[in-house]
Amino acid sequence: MNLKTIVGIGVYVAVLIAASIWVGQQAYGWLPPQASAESMLIDDLFSLFSAIGTFILLGITGLVLYTVFTQSVSRFDTSDGPHMEGNVKLEIFWTAVPLLLVFFLAAYSYQTYQQMAVRGPMDLVHLHHMPGTTPTAYAADLEPEPVEEVEVYAKQWAWSFRYPDTGVVSADLHLPVNKRVRLLMTADDVIHGFYVPAFRLKQDILPKRTTEFEFTPVREGIYRLNDSQFSGTYFAIMTANVVVESPDSYRQWLARAAAQPAVPAENPAYSEYTNKRLKRFGGWKTIAPAPPPLVNALAER
Amino acid sequence: MTNVPVEGIAIPEVAHPEPQNNWRKYFSFSTDHKVIGIQYLVTSFVFFLIGGLLSMVIRAELITPQADLIDRTLYNSMFTMHGTIMIFLWIFPSLVGLANYLVPLMIGARDMAFPRLNAAAFWMVPVFGILLMTSYFLPAGTAQAGWWSYPPVSTQNPTDSVITGEFVWILAVAISGVSSIMGAVNFVTTIVRMRAPGMTFFRMPVYVWTVFSAQIIQLAALPALTAGAIMLLFDVAAGTAFFNPDKGGNPVLFQHFFWFYSHPAVYVMVLPIFGVFSEIFPVYSRKPLFGYRVVAVSSLLITTVSVLVWVHHMYASGTPGWMRMLFMATTMLVAVPTGIKVFAWVATIWKGKLRLNTPMLFCLGALIMFVFAGITGVMLASVPIDIHVNNTYFVVGHFHYIVYGTITMGMFAAIYHWFPKMTGRMYYEGLGKLHFALAFIGVNLNFFPMHPLGLQGMLRRVSSYEPEYAFWNVVASIGAFLLGMSTIPFILNMVGAWVQGKPAPDNPWRAIGLEWLVSSPPPVENFEELPVVVSGPYGYGKSDPLVENAAALKEG
Repeated sequence: MNLKTIVGIGVYVAVLIAASIWVGQQAYGWLPPQASAESMLIDDLFSLFSAIGTFILLGITGLVLYTVFTQSVSRFDTSDGPHMEGNVKLEIFWTAVPLLLVFFLAAYSYQTYQQMAVRGPMDLVHLHHMPGTTPTAYAADLEPEPVEEVEVYAKQWAWSFRYPDTGVVSADLHLPVNKRVRLLMTADDVIHGFYVPAFRLKQDILPKRTTEFEFTPVREGIYRLNDSQFSGTYFAIMTANVVVESPDSYRQWLARAAAQPAVPAENPAYSEYTNKRLKRFGGWKTIAPAPPPLVNALAER
Repeated sequence: MTNVPVEGIAIPEVAHPEPQNNWRKYFSFSTDHKVIGIQYLVTSFVFFLIGGLLSMVIRAELITPQADLIDRTLYNSMFTMHGTIMIFLWIFPSLVGLANYLVPLMIGARDMAFPRLNAAAFWMVPVFGILLMTSYFLPAGTAQAGWWSYPPVSTQNPTDSVITGEFVWILAVAISGVSSIMGAVNFVTTIVRMRAPGMTFFRMPVYVWTVFSAQIIQLAALPALTAGAIMLLFDVAAGTAFFNPDKGGNPVLFQHFFWFYSHPAVYVMVLPIFGVFSEIFPVYSRKPLFGYRVVAVSSLLITTVSVLVWVHHMYASGTPGWMRMLFMATTMLVAVPTGIKVFAWVATIWKGKLRLNTPMLFCLGALIMFVFAGITGVMLASVPIDIHVNNTYFVVGHFHYIVYGTITMGMFAAIYHWFPKMTGRMYYEGLGKLHFALAFIGVNLNFFPMHPLGLQGMLRRVSSYEPEYAFWNVVASIGAFLLGMSTIPFILNMVGAWVQGKPAPDNPWRAIGLEWLVSSPPPVENFEELPVVVSGPYGYGKSDPLVENAAALKEG
C-alpha cells in the first residue's frame, strides 16, 4: 500500500459516498405523494436502502470497469495473471461487513415496522401491545386509538364501503384527514388486496374472513385504490377512489349520502363484460362479474 | 469413496446397441449424458423462443394504457403461460441439460449414476411441454391464474367441463416436478459416488458444488409443491375443499405449499449460474478463483437458508407480525453467502489478464446486473418497503434482472464457453459480441423501467393501466422488442457454427478441467482410462498437472 493507492481509494470512496447521498435524496422523488403517516416512515427507509445500494452497486461496477479497462489483453496473449488463491483477512472482512449490514438493516426495518403498527389479521401477538416496544409514530399529534371504522367489501370486480354508524354504502372510500382509520375488510369470492400507492400500504383480503387494517391519512386529496392480488379476468379495472377530506366536509358528505336512496354503482368490469362491441383479438369464456353493488353515494369522477 | 471399474465383465450387446453417430441420436432414447444434455438444451431453447413470443405480445399490449390489443382473458393466459414456460420449460431444463453435459466430465465419470433414469427424466420434458401447449386448443383456453395459480382464482371454472386449462396446467407442473426429482436423485448420487480417483470434494470445480447444492434443494423442497399441486388438482377436478374457503378450506395454505418450494426454486435456478461464473472468470482472467473453498461452501449455506425464507412472498397475505419479522431476518441473511461469491468473483478478475471474448462479456454483464438485482432483493426483504411494492412491477423488474439478466445471460455465457467442447467447432466471435451488446442493452431497457413503475404503484398482471405510467412502459416495450431481436444473432451463430464452424481444438481456452483433457466432442464413454486427479481445479498461474495420467485419457 503506497501513498498513491491510499489516496486513490480515498477519492473513490468519497465519490461513492457523495453519489449515495445524492441518490438517497432523489429516492423520495420516485415515489407517489406521501398521503399517510406510514408513508413517511417507509420513504425514509427506502431512501436509506437506496443510498446503501448505490454505494454497493457503484462500488462493484467501478472495480469491474476499472479492471476491464486497465487489465484487458489481446485474445492471443498467453500470459497468466498472478497465482492468488485467496486472502483470509479479506474474506473475513467481506463476510462480516455484509452480515453486520443486514443485521442493521433488519433491525432498522423492524423499528420502522413497529412505528407503523400496521395491523393485519391473526393479530394475536400484535407487537404494538407488547411491553418494551417503541410508541407509535406521530402519537403526539394524532389520536392514539382508531376512531373511524369503515367496512370494505371486495368482490369480482368491484369495491364498496359501508359506514357502520350511519349505514351509508359508498362506491368511494371517504376518510377524514389526520384521523386513524380502521378498515374491516371482507371478500366475497377470491383473495383481493387493498392497495393505495400514496399510502404505501397493502393488505390481502381473504374470502370468508374479516381482515382488520389500520392507518392514518394525513394529506387531503383523491387517491386511487387498486386490487393488488390477482383476482381474475377484470383484475386491472377493479379500482376505486379514496377521498381524504377535512373532518367538516367528511361529515357533510356522510349526511348527504345518508339521505340518498341506494342505486347500482358504476362498474367498469360489469359494463365491459356486457359490452359485446369491444374489438379485440381472441377471448375465452370468463367468470361473470358479480352485479354492481347498491350504493347511496356514487363515485365522484 | 471412488468408483473403480470392475474388470472382466462383458456387457451384453442388447443393453447397449451401437449408438448412432448422427443427428438421429438426438431423437432416440439415448442414455449418453452428453446426448441427453444437448437434448435438454435444444428442447428448452425452443420453449424459450415460445415463451419469448408470448412476452412480446404482453409488451405489445402494455405499450398503451388501454387494453386494446387482445382480450383480457387472453392477456391473463399470456403472462401465466409466459411464466410457466420460462421457468418449467426453459430455465430448469436448460440448467439440467448443462449440468448433465458437464458434471460427469468434470468429476471424471463415464456417465451419470442412472443413465436410463436420466433419459426418462428428459423425455418427460417434451411430453409435459406439448401437454401444456395443447391447453390453447381447449374451449375455455389455457390456465389464467398466473404461474402461482393461487386458489380461489385458479379453482374458479367458467365452463361445465372438468378438463380446463388449469387442470392441464397442474398436470404439466406435477410431471415437471417428477422429472426434476428424478434428475435430482441422479445428480446427487453421481456427485457423491461417481467421482474419479483423487477427485475429493475440495478438488471439484465450483460448478459441480453449485449443481450439488441446487439439486439438494430439489430433493428437499419439491415434494411440497407436488403435494400442493395434487391437492389443487383435487380441488379443481373433484370438488374437495383443501383450499376452498366456502367449505372451510384455507387458501393461504396453498401459498405456503407453493412458496415452500417455489422460493428455494429460484436458488435452484441461480446456483448453477454462480457455478458458471466461477468457472468462466478464472479462465478468462488467467487467475485462480479467489477463496475457492469459501465460495464452494457458501453454496451449501445458500441451500440451507433457502428453505427458511418462503414467507417473504406473503408479507401482505395476512401474515402475523412476528412471522413477518422472522422471515425478514432470514431473507436478508441470503445476502451474506451471495455477497461472498460476488466479492470473490471481483477479486478473481482483479489484476488478472482479461480476455474479453463472448463468454467473459456475458459473465461480466450478468455480474453487474446480478448485483443490482441483489440490492432490490434486499429492499424487498424489508417488510415495510415490501408492503408498498409487493405485487408491483418493482418485483417483476427485480426477478427479471435475476432470471434474464443473471440466469439467462449466464446460460448464454456457458453455452458459448462450452460450445467448442460440445460440438467440436468454434462459434463466431463477432456474432457473439453482437448478441451480447443487444441483450445487455435490451435487458436494461426492458427491465430497469419496471422499478420506477413499481415504486409509483403499477401492479403486476394488469392488462390496462393508468395513463401516468405510459412513458416507462413504452421504454420497457422498446427494450423488450430489442431483447427479442437479440436472440437472432445467437440462433444464426449456433446453427451456422455447428454446421460449418472452424474445427475446435480440445482445449481452445487453455482452461484447466477434466472436460478439457478429452477430445472435442468427447467420445461416448468420456475417458479411455479414468483420470487420477492430483491437484485442484483452478491452478492458473502455476504449472501443476491436473491429473497424473493425462496422456492415457484419450484414445490413440
